[in-house]
Amino acid sequence: MWIYEKKLQYPVRVSTCNPTLAKYLIEQYGGADGELAAALRYLNQRYTIPDKVIGLLTDIGTEEFAHLEMIATMVYKLTKDATPEQLKAAGLGEHYANHDGALFYQNAAGSPWTATYIQAKGDPIADLYEDIAAEEKARATYQWLIDLSDDPDLNDSLRFLREREIIHAQRFREAVEILKEEWDTKKVF
Amino acid sequence: MKQLPAEYYQLMEQLQAVDFVLVELTLYLDTHHNDLEAIHQFNHYVKEKKRIKKLFESQFGPLQQFGNSYSGYPWSWDDTPWPWQV
Amino acid sequence: MYTHLKFYHPFVSSFDPCKPILEKKYSTPPHLYIGFQPPNLPQFSPFEALKAGTLWKDFYDPWFNTYEKQMGGVLP
Repeated sequence: MWIYEKKLQYPVRVSTCNPTLAKYLIEQYGGADGELAAALRYLNQRYTIPDKVIGLLTDIGTEEFAHLEMIATMVYKLTKDATPEQLKAAGLGEHYANHDGALFYQNAAGSPWTATYIQAKGDPIADLYEDIAAEEKARATYQWLIDLSDDPDLNDSLRFLREREIIHAQRFREAVEILKEEWDTKKVF
Repeated sequence: MKQLPAEYYQLMEQLQAVDFVLVELTLYLDTHHNDLEAIHQFNHYVKEKKRIKKLFESQFGPLQQFGNSYSGYPWSWDDTPWPWQV
Repeated sequence: MYTHLKFYHPFVSSFDPCKPILEKKYSTPPHLYIGFQPPNLPQFSPFEALKAGTLWKDFYDPWFNTYEKQMGGVLP
């Protein structure tokens, strides 16, 4: 099971009420390479991955939920108490019409999250290579978000999340190396 | 309006720092089962985490529930603020 | 100076309408070079590690936008 902790993994601050930035950030909430996709991808693949790397997928998948909460916090703070006029000016009029100020699992262009963003091939190498690619794509997304943002406090948190993608990619690469080692191998002569 | 004292943020950040070391060491140990020094370091910070968690909870209420934290009276687990509100 | 940022210079046509960017960059973070992490890599203190987003100095490779770089970037 999972235990919730009443604490963010990293302190999230934003400098200004800025719904435009929230609209961009939603990419990492409900986008193809976002935190929801990451968490669900790893926590689903773990059922059919060799025992040696189940722990890693479980732990990284769990950390992704902490990142999802950080992104939600950023969106929440950037849009809290924003008026319909402010949301409309930020290109969120369509969002307001459907959701008011609620968060929704969608990407920056408004497409809803879909399971087609993630794969479970059942082949450990194929799955781990997808995971490595997902981390690199998420790292790139954080770069473009930092480039788009003029909020120094927000960028501080985004840099933390980008660095986590680097570490996760490192661990998935190590997982591939572990699976290449000979262990429990049934030798056929 | 309920305001949080500065100690809330200070203690929270202390906990976040120690917990972060534990996250990093957990992922590292998932691929390095035999690094004894890292395991010693891990256990050291587990102890440190328990200390800070206890201190934080004595002032600001339970951090976890389903029995992973003690409860005072009255039940305050679901009191504000939630992490995204602070 | 060695950097994990790599640069290239794309072809520029006289018929490109936007002002050309003569130098393009991309990131090649440290994990691409380290391989399987060796034991005992130098660490940040817990507070520095939280700020950096990693416990190990060798993996730290922050990204700053143009404005932040002009301000000197903030290192932990």
